[in-house]
Amino acid sequence: MRPAVLLAALLAVSLGLIGPGRAAAEAVAFGDAEAGAEVFLWCSGCHEIGPDAQDSVGPHLNGLFGRRAGAHEGYDYSESLARMGADGLVWDLETLDAYIEVPQSLVSGTRMSFPGIEDQQERNDLLAFLRRYSDSPANIPEAPPTALHVEVALPEEVLALVGDPEYGEYLASECLTCHQKDGSAQGIPSITKWPERNFVVAMHAYRQQLRPHPVMQMVAARLSDEEIAALAAYFKTLD
Amino acid sequence: MALNRRVFMGTAGAAMLAAPMLRAAGHGKPKVLVIGGGAGGATCARYLAKDSDGALDVTLVEPTRTYYTCFFSNLYLGGFREYESLGHSYGKLASEYGINVIHDWATGVDRDAKTVTLAGGSTLSYDVLVLSPGIDFVEGSVPGWDITAQNAMPHAYKGGSQTQLLKAQIEAMPEGGVFAMVAPPNPYRCPPGPYERISMVAHHLKTNNPTAKILVVDPKEKFSKQGLFEEGWQAHYAGMVTRIGPDFGGDNVEVRPDAMEVVIDGEVNKVDVCNVIPAQKAGLICAAAGLTDGNWAPVAPDTMQSRMDENVYILGDASAQGDMPKSGFSANSQAKVAANAIRGALTGSRVFPARYSNTCWSLIAPEDGVKVGASYEPTPEKIASVSSFISQTGEDAALRKTTYEESLGWYAGITADMFG
Repeated sequence: MRPAVLLAALLAVSLGLIGPGRAAAEAVAFGDAEAGAEVFLWCSGCHEIGPDAQDSVGPHLNGLFGRRAGAHEGYDYSESLARMGADGLVWDLETLDAYIEVPQSLVSGTRMSFPGIEDQQERNDLLAFLRRYSDSPANIPEAPPTALHVEVALPEEVLALVGDPEYGEYLASECLTCHQKDGSAQGIPSITKWPERNFVVAMHAYRQQLRPHPVMQMVAARLSDEEIAALAAYFKTLD
Repeated sequence: MALNRRVFMGTAGAAMLAAPMLRAAGHGKPKVLVIGGGAGGATCARYLAKDSDGALDVTLVEPTRTYYTCFFSNLYLGGFREYESLGHSYGKLASEYGINVIHDWATGVDRDAKTVTLAGGSTLSYDVLVLSPGIDFVEGSVPGWDITAQNAMPHAYKGGSQTQLLKAQIEAMPEGGVFAMVAPPNPYRCPPGPYERISMVAHHLKTNNPTAKILVVDPKEKFSKQGLFEEGWQAHYAGMVTRIGPDFGGDNVEVRPDAMEVVIDGEVNKVDVCNVIPAQKAGLICAAAGLTDGNWAPVAPDTMQSRMDENVYILGDASAQGDMPKSGFSANSQAKVAANAIRGALTGSRVFPARYSNTCWSLIAPEDGVKVGASYEPTPEKIASVSSFISQTGEDAALRKTTYEESLGWYAGITADMFG
């Protein structure tokens, strides 16, 4: 259905098949970036991309290709991802494809709570979409950032509450029966080091039963606004 | 290990000197002695040590050097987990948290002298005692069965060698043989546990011995997640499982371990494997300490303190607290409330209101997981359920798979929360 878009030399470069001075004209069958924009909706809860994209639950994804894993300044990565980057993992077609397929199999301790995309075509499409936001050949297009979708509209005074991290630490002991403190995520997502705003919005979404999970709805139901802020403050600071 | 511990104690000592002292010099650090290194005791010891920054002297007494969790042992019986994956060591609690881990049995408590004696002969003193001994069995609850019969008819209701024994017996069943379970009366550890076990045994037999049968003899009218289990047994193991409830004599059972017979309401059944899960009571140390009322040890709902001695806290299966089920999750939840209260009492740290929760996942068949859970708050009388949820019958396969995967995440989470 989807016509494969040809992008110059990407796969060959990523696999290290050709050295410097490679011809930009070499083309490899890749994915459909338009279809990839749809696939990206799965990612957009945590990742922003495009002009003005900011780090959120996950790092922004502009300039991803060619970036050393776990090395984008200003984002606090899981130990595992940072270590993989230090060991030399660089994001290219091949490594991203493996990561997106089953994140934990490439980086076992990643905090990216995503089961992976089984379908090769969907991965190709997503990679073609992501590729647009890296340097040449595709410059960042003039498009709105993708992750400014507001899940729950909260009054400013709720978002502005300053949490008590010590109370948050006590309350968090309930969370840590299931969510691992070091951010490992197997079957249960990581909640470590989330930006406070994302944490607060997510918990309110559970409390308002907009998000469906019964355990989380139950946990959130008895948390006050202040307690949610306290938890957010605590999980933001975790090592 | 010794070096690590010295380093830790040295650091902690320096921190103590720098920090304002809450106790008069010369008394030494307050001593908390924790008996039992499972979901209640290990969690409590870890939170006490972690959060007190060396201000408390925490000792943990646990007989086993490697702790095999009882939770998830059914998945091992079903072939979904390796035995080794259930084992956890206490190394980190000693090396990273500075807890003095003693592998011994606690045999007696002198509450006036505030001391505990160990089978190895030592006597330990405490300022606060935490008892988290789990369960023991009520003698004579299944006529014909006692602890000397546990090789012929395993209970496999405490983690470890019994679990391995039961698995070996299931694997050695003759073609078309009979697996029997004598289910326990309420209250007991892990309410869905016996029925998850039936599911896991059924899965093994369906795969390896499809003409074998399962016979459940149950003194209870109803059981946890009954609708979900019965739906699953019908869907996955049709015709394999027969459950005899009290209406048909399930409450009138006798076993003959030598002959491998189960006598139900006078009718003799020859079986190949018999899993006897007797009636249960608080771990023996609770009665030895004089802290039980009937089979269990009553506690204050807001702190988990014994109703009979404010210097003793009782966690998990052994406690009589109200509405929470006896589960590893509950014990872990109670341990954190108790640790917060104990630290407050001994070091003056902030004490926050108690709140508890529990979720129990069960696996019915491959990737067919279900769950039940509730949240709880203390009232003057008991720990009371404030809201609850349960998986629904007829859920789609994708949701059941997600629920199963969640349970794997929970296992990783709670064991990290217990052992560091």
